Amino acid sequence: MALYSEKVMEHFRHPRNVGCIENADGVGEVGNGKCGDIMKIYLKIDNDVVSDVKFETFGCGSAIASSSMATELIKGKPLAEVLQLTNKAVTEALDGLPAYKLHCSVLAEEAIRAAVKDYYDKQGIAYDPAALAKCSSCSACCV
Amino acid sequence: MIYVDNAATTKMSQAALAEMQTCFEDVWGNPSSLYAVGQKAAEALWLARERIAACIGASPKEIYFTSGGSESDNQAIISAATNGERKGKKHIISTMIEHHAVLHTLRKLAKQGFEVELLQPLSNGLITAEQVAAAIREDTCLVSIMYANNEIGTIMPIAEIGAVCRAHKVPLHTDAVQAAGHLPIDVKTQNIDLLALSAHKFNGPKGIGALYAAKSQPLVSLIEGGAQERSKRAGTENVAAAVGMAAALEEACQNMPAETDRLRKLQKRLIEGLAQIPHSALNGDWQNRLPGNVNFCFEGIEGESLLLLLDDKGICASSGSACTSGSLEPSHVLLAIGRPHEVAHGSLRLSLGRDNTEKEVDYILQAVPEVVAYLRKMSPLWQDKLNGKKGFILN
Repeated sequence: MALYSEKVMEHFRHPRNVGCIENADGVGEVGNGKCGDIMKIYLKIDNDVVSDVKFETFGCGSAIASSSMATELIKGKPLAEVLQLTNKAVTEALDGLPAYKLHCSVLAEEAIRAAVKDYYDKQGIAYDPAALAKCSSCSACCV
Repeated sequence: MIYVDNAATTKMSQAALAEMQTCFEDVWGNPSSLYAVGQKAAEALWLARERIAACIGASPKEIYFTSGGSESDNQAIISAATNGERKGKKHIISTMIEHHAVLHTLRKLAKQGFEVELLQPLSNGLITAEQVAAAIREDTCLVSIMYANNEIGTIMPIAEIGAVCRAHKVPLHTDAVQAAGHLPIDVKTQNIDLLALSAHKFNGPKGIGALYAAKSQPLVSLIEGGAQERSKRAGTENVAAAVGMAAALEEACQNMPAETDRLRKLQKRLIEGLAQIPHSALNGDWQNRLPGNVNFCFEGIEGESLLLLLDDKGICASSGSACTSGSLEPSHVLLAIGRPHEVAHGSLRLSLGRDNTEKEVDYILQAVPEVVAYLRKMSPLWQDKLNGKKGFILN
């Protein structure tokens, strides 16, 4: 059995939305070099809708595939919906990830939340901090 | 397909395969049986033992067949520790860059009250005889130092370390899994008391290895239930695999001088080519290095994605990144030689073998820089380094 699903490999080989957005409305970066994965999400937001999204990722195959899939899932979506995105949804859309790679999908969820939070902060928009808190259930993250 | 992961395993030698085929067909008796069919198998097993012994300067009675390198390492260390404990000696010296077959066995012994001292290698991965001499104490019962490192290829000064151990009357075990068939071994002149071998690293079959134990070293049996292997390893012997191992080792030793020259040329070409990639570094020593081993760190990228993309280009290699090991920590070897975590995640090991050609090396030299550049382009870590937000670690 292969390590990754066809879907993961397809997104890894042909990642969607790679790059950066100059003057992005929101930027979120999570992870660190020591752990071996960093994800950075750039958002362009028009009328509370993600009109464009790009990512940069330092990490393994599943980290790149998770970033790619997550950006696809939020593109063109209203922010209220974007904030509902869970790592589970990213994992399911990729037809699953090996157990020890699930933290990659968590990073994708966290990076998106961080980018939305950055947008709210820049715009001075009030939000519920709890709703944008970093995932606390991840046991896979190293320190 | 370009297979450059010969430190992981090797393709079977045709000569070894042919001998095994004959053995499977004609020598199927149980070596413990008294009748002719059994004795024929016992003879084949003895002959294999003699051939292996001859390759490393041992006597056949000092060769014990096992399931492979890990079992040999386990048995060697546990035996030496048991012998030491009987004399009240419970201090063991080893290194931070051993294979886990050694490190995990030592960890177990540490829990049982042994004092395990792991020497830190120099930044080129070498352990010196002086370090060993300085660490030896009255109560040292074992020195266990690998012959050559499986990740970064560093060749240890085993003869010098052996001389130090002999002078202090401390047994020396060496994990020679990566060395056998690739480097000359002479257990007597090098003063080696225990040595682990694995057949599939020198184009022999998987599932078979050997432990050399000098006559002075009593072994503790890890598997009970029979008088096989001089009562030190129960279980009906895998005769065909032992014969295949002997054939493969003999062939590798005969071809060693010419093959070493050939591999050294390919290795040099590969190292010089990969060193052209900016912000990369060779891991291990330039000179004291297994002839087929090449190991680099590339800053700003992660090893698993590098391997997957190389696989797409038909190149089979390996990495010391955490993601490829299934753990959260990158290679303990790269960390021990002082590579920071971030850099250790971006490592690539290419291990050349008998089938690799110059044409393949040139293809690799075209593919690796392309893949590294592609991954760097999408890496936020690399971008931060480029625009000065973070500093470069490698020149």
